[in-house]
Amino acid sequence: MEQALEILFTASFWVAAIRIASPLIFATMGELICERAGVLNLGIEGIMTAGAFAGWFTVYAGGDLWTGVLVAALAGAMFGLLHATLTVPLGLSQHVVGIGVTLLASSLTYFIYRLALPEVTSPPKIAPFEALAIPGLSSIPIIGPALFNQTPLTYLAFATVAIVAWVLYRTPLGLAIRAAGENPAAVEAQGISVTGIRMGAVMVGSALMAVGGAFLTMSAFNSFFFQMINGRGWICIALVVFGSWRPGKALLGAILFAAFDAYQVRLQQLSGGVVPYQVFLMMPYVLSILALVLVARRATYPKALMIPYQKGER
Amino acid sequence: MRGSADVEEKNQNGRYDGAEDGIVLRLTGITKRFGPLVANDAISFDLKRGEVVALLGENGAGKTTLMNILFGHYVADEGSVEAFGKALPPGDPRAALDAGIGMVHQHFTLAENMTVLENIALGTQAMWRARLDRGAAARRIRKLSGDFGLAIDPGAVVAALSVGERQRVEILKALYRDARILILDEPTAVLTPAETEALFRTLKLLVAQGLSIIFISHKLHEVMAASDRVLVLRAGHLVGERRTAETSRSELAALMVGQEIAPATVAPAKAGPPLLELANVSTRAGGGGAALDEVSLTLRGGEITGLAGVSGNGQAALAALIAGTMQPLGGDIAIGSATVKEWSPRRALASGIARIPEDRHAVGTIGDMSVTENVISERYRSARFSRLGFLDWRAARGFAEEIIADYDVKCPSPEARIRLLSGGNMQKLILGRALDPEPSVILANQPTRGLDVGAVSYVHKKLLEARARGAAILLISEDLEEILALSDRILVMSKGRLSTPSARGERTVRELGELMAGHAEAGA
Repeated sequence: MEQALEILFTASFWVAAIRIASPLIFATMGELICERAGVLNLGIEGIMTAGAFAGWFTVYAGGDLWTGVLVAALAGAMFGLLHATLTVPLGLSQHVVGIGVTLLASSLTYFIYRLALPEVTSPPKIAPFEALAIPGLSSIPIIGPALFNQTPLTYLAFATVAIVAWVLYRTPLGLAIRAAGENPAAVEAQGISVTGIRMGAVMVGSALMAVGGAFLTMSAFNSFFFQMINGRGWICIALVVFGSWRPGKALLGAILFAAFDAYQVRLQQLSGGVVPYQVFLMMPYVLSILALVLVARRATYPKALMIPYQKGER
Repeated sequence: MRGSADVEEKNQNGRYDGAEDGIVLRLTGITKRFGPLVANDAISFDLKRGEVVALLGENGAGKTTLMNILFGHYVADEGSVEAFGKALPPGDPRAALDAGIGMVHQHFTLAENMTVLENIALGTQAMWRARLDRGAAARRIRKLSGDFGLAIDPGAVVAALSVGERQRVEILKALYRDARILILDEPTAVLTPAETEALFRTLKLLVAQGLSIIFISHKLHEVMAASDRVLVLRAGHLVGERRTAETSRSELAALMVGQEIAPATVAPAKAGPPLLELANVSTRAGGGGAALDEVSLTLRGGEITGLAGVSGNGQAALAALIAGTMQPLGGDIAIGSATVKEWSPRRALASGIARIPEDRHAVGTIGDMSVTENVISERYRSARFSRLGFLDWRAARGFAEEIIADYDVKCPSPEARIRLLSGGNMQKLILGRALDPEPSVILANQPTRGLDVGAVSYVHKKLLEARARGAAILLISEDLEEILALSDRILVMSKGRLSTPSARGERTVRELGELMAGHAEAGA
């Protein structure tokens, strides 16, 4: 029991938690932007898969790491464009389109992977992003290694939260995005194109999801394999609700979930096989459901979420 | 980019005041069709500087369509709009805003999760600015609200504002963008009398500053009180134009409806047996209003009981109780002479209680279901509409067609989604659904709210017919004129309690007003 508590005070636990949280933070911010503009993007799981592959393959083919991130973001934005075209101007069901985009993006990714590497049995590795220690700050006990000795992509994830929060709450563009998700008629009446705002939000949001996927191949596992996203996209959808559509709270949710995940791995090792390992695997999800029940019951949805807006409709 | 160029031009050339003959807006031959329906038929008119023009017409006459074309929400099939001597491109709200046209929609276009300032500033600052300039926006909003008597806190979240306050935000949105022409769509429909007066004072201040105003209404007394000129629309045609000073309510009413309307004549009541009795009933608070506090009420056949009162004093709880959607906490409900034990909406319907709900959109109908589905929604279990658990669509459709014909409902077909009907036609359907089974008790909660003159007199006529047949009617209304015109007995509700009843003509309007304000009766 004492050992189980001691885990919480080790630097390695918090380093792992922040690393596990990073892809979730990118993708959660991406989903949050889409939903704040009024579009539920269920393409997230597939877009993360596509981003994971695009980033990794760019580096594998000889590109530089940041080029890989850029290519992943562009791939995400393209799937975002597809999703947005179908759901915004055409006003199709966001559920159906989202699941369609997820199926298309993952299958297409696996297909291209097979075409590009027909002979490979074990996925080739790339040289990933290295940890970048921030001088001074990284030597603070526990917090130092966890927050200030991570890869540049993790720093980018935290910066993304700050930027998203700033844009949403402090800029004219953010006003338009939030209003588009709450009452698109208000946006239209002020002479702004709802279609433009929503499509832009979905494309940018999808690009962030793809970068979240790319984190896994470029900053965590160093190679690409099937099913590697493993439901992380769906977790991010729950994290947006958990965060009541606010970037800061969603960030906390991502870290909390990641901490549960890092904790269960360590508990598994402690228990020494007495308890079936599946119980531990289940733990973060059970705790997330509990947290959702407690926190998100009072969450107020963006009122126009999932409602297509057609100009001049009677 | 176009926006900033226009602003400059306005400043240099004095565009706003330079138009010929003081004409600021000219509509020429505007025609708009929705499928087979001609919503606007070759409508032309001018608006002058500093003028208030009222656009008068019944629901569905094409007023809102015309203004939506003007503002660029719809594109006209024919015709053109000119503002300050320049043609407006069709279907472009941004161009209308830049030309100095502001619109206050009937259904407010505000984002409720944002503050007043954010709603007003939306779209007024360059989209790619790194920072919204809140300070400048707040100063400008404060100045405008001071100048025009539109008191509002820029930092308040819209969700927390009253309807009247939200309307002020909408007007400020237009003024903030330097609107010189203000279009108000049914601005008073949602306001209390005091708020309406404040609005009219604001309009006077605006006109004194040289703004021009178009306001859409179907209320004659408001048109007479607040406009300089009246344009009357009927079924998409411009049927008349009068200077307000040279016309009368009756002339305008005749133009609007196309015929003279005779006020309902009410024969003396022949009170029958008590059909519904409440004895010392209390409830919890409901519908955003007060709870009932030991209320006793008897509804007799052949009688209309009018319930006056300021909204929120327990009318919602009383209506919910009678309709069966709320349970009493104490006291007895008796139907005929039998005390009811378990009370539910189904039992209420089965006991012969018909309901005309207060909110026909939220409670009275299911917007995305068809007219047929809506008219059988209270009785789909009955043998008339179902057999062995299967719906009999032929009978249902027949019933819908019957109501459409008998109650003169204008709708494309029984299959049409009910959401597409105008308020008056929707109310006629609800009326038909409620009255067809010849109910013994009718709960009419705000039955004419938001309806035009023709539809109001139709609803009144039908209620009086039901009374003549021997039904007991409870008329809940905030419109004291309606209560006085129809009721055989009048009760006033205040803070969840009922006044003693008074017979027709027994209490003056002033006395009723005092009861409504919550002053106890002398000697009670």
